[in-house]
Amino acid sequence: MTISPTIKKNYLQKLAEQNKRSDGRKFSDYRPVSIEPGVISKAEGSARVKIGNTQVVAGIKMVMGEPYPDTPDAGVMTTAAELIPLASPDFEAGPPRGNAIELARVVDRGIRESNVIDFEKLCLEPGEKIWVVFIDIHIIDYDGNLFDAASLAALAALYGARMPIERLEEEDRNAYIKKLDDFGIKPVEETVKNKAGDEEKVMSYYIPMREPPISCTSVKFNDVVVVDPSLDEEEIAEARLTVSTDSNGSIRAMQKGLNGSFTLEEIKKIIKDSLVTGDALRKQLNESAGR
Amino acid sequence: MTKSTREIVIPSQYLGETSEFKAGRGTLIDHGKIYAKILGVLNKHPPYVNVVPLKGRYDPVEGDTIIGFVEQAMSSSWLADINAPYPALLHVSEVPWRVDFGETEKYLNTGDTIMAKILSVDVERKLNITLKDRNLYKIQGGHIITVGPSKVPRIIGKKGSMINLLKKYTRCRIFVGKNGRIWIDGEDLQVSNAVQAIRLIERESISYGLTDKVEELLKSLS
Repeated sequence: MTISPTIKKNYLQKLAEQNKRSDGRKFSDYRPVSIEPGVISKAEGSARVKIGNTQVVAGIKMVMGEPYPDTPDAGVMTTAAELIPLASPDFEAGPPRGNAIELARVVDRGIRESNVIDFEKLCLEPGEKIWVVFIDIHIIDYDGNLFDAASLAALAALYGARMPIERLEEEDRNAYIKKLDDFGIKPVEETVKNKAGDEEKVMSYYIPMREPPISCTSVKFNDVVVVDPSLDEEEIAEARLTVSTDSNGSIRAMQKGLNGSFTLEEIKKIIKDSLVTGDALRKQLNESAGR
Repeated sequence: MTKSTREIVIPSQYLGETSEFKAGRGTLIDHGKIYAKILGVLNKHPPYVNVVPLKGRYDPVEGDTIIGFVEQAMSSSWLADINAPYPALLHVSEVPWRVDFGETEKYLNTGDTIMAKILSVDVERKLNITLKDRNLYKIQGGHIITVGPSKVPRIIGKKGSMINLLKKYTRCRIFVGKNGRIWIDGEDLQVSNAVQAIRLIERESISYGLTDKVEELLKSLS
C-alpha cells in the first residue's frame, strides 16, 4: 500500500480550514463528468464514464438462465467490479478483495433497490427461462470517487443495452417478442453493420428501464464534508457516505464506509447536496442516452 | 522548427546507423543499426540518440536528489518509498543525527517526507539513500505533488528556465525531485497556481514553445 505523506494531509487540512480544496473546487462542487455510451461493440451495452481523472468502463452481457426459486418470474442481475493494477499502484491482480466487492455491491444495490431495470419484463417462461444481466465494471484510472463513476457507467451501459434476442431459438424468440408486445414494448428499427461489413436492418429491443437512481459520494475529514472526493481527499478521509437518490427525491440506497462518524446535521446536508448533484447528473445521463 | 510536437517512437523503430550516432538511453543496437527499445520521445543530442520514456516509474541513478516518503522505521534503518520499483533503505549511519539503536522513530516516522540523495544502486537494484549532504533534510510544511519521472526535465526546463519562471511568478519555494515528486511551499493561492502550471507542463510535455504557454497561464492567474 502506498502511504500518504503527513505534509499532504496537513496541506489539505489547512486549505479546508479556509474553505478551499486543492483543485480549486468548492466543498459541494462535482468534477466535470463525461459519459460516452457504446464504447465496446461486442457487448450488449457499454459506457465509459470520466469524473475528473477517474475513468471507468462498464459492459453489459445478457444470457438465458434459470430464475431464483423465490422470484420465478423476474430476471436476474449480477454485478462484478475489477480493480486492475493499471488503474492505481494500490490495486493488485488476483481475486477481488474487499474494496472491489464493496464497490460491486454498492453499484448493485443502487440499481437493484431502485428497480431501475424492469425485471418482470425479462422473463420468458416463469420458473424456467429468464434473462440474466451481467454488469461488469472495469476501473481504468483511479483518482477518487469510484462509487459514483461505477454506478453512472453501469446505468449508462444499461440504457444503451440491446437485448440479444437473435441468439434465442426461433420458438423462444417469437414467444418473447409476443410477450414484449403484450407489455407494450415496441422494437426500434436500426441499421447496423454485419460481420461482412454490409449494412443491415435489424429490430432492436432495449432493456426495459425505469427512472435511474444517481449515487453521490461525500467524505468527511477534519470536520469538513466534501462532495466527490479526489484521490488525495479519499486517502485522508475519516468517513464516507454514498447516497443514491431518484428523480422524486427519494433515497434508494445508502452506504457508509470507513471508521469515522457523521453528525445528524452532516448527514442531512449530504442528502441535500446529493439531491442537487443527482439532478444534474441525471440530466447528463438522460442526454447521453438520448432520452 | 515547424513541427508542433516532438517525435514519438515505438519499440523496434529504426533510429539511425551506429556510424552516424551513438546509442543512448532507451535504444538498442542490432547489426550496426540503432533501434528504439521503449515507447517514448525521440531525443537526438549528437552524437547520442536517446529515447525518453513516455511513462513509467523512476529508474534510480546514483547521485540523484529525490523526495521520499518514510514507509517504515526499523531498529537501525528506515525504508522509504521513492517512486522506484523497490523501497530504498536509509541506514542510521547515513543521517545527520546520532540515533541510538531502536530509537529511529524519534527522528523519522511513517508518513514523514525526506529530501534525500541516492547513495548507491547495486546490481540487484537494491537502493541505499542518504541524508548526509548539503540541502538534504526532513521536509516540513508545503505541498507535494507527483508527476511522471519522465516529465521532470521539462518541468526544470533548459538550464532551469521553466522552474525559474514558476518561482518568479508564484514566489514559491519549489523543489523538483528526480523521481517525479515536487515539493512546493508558499502562499496557499500561489501553491495552487504553481500546481496548475505544473499540470499544464505534464499534459503538454511533448509540445514545443511550452515555456511561453506556461508564462501565459501564470500571467492570467496572478
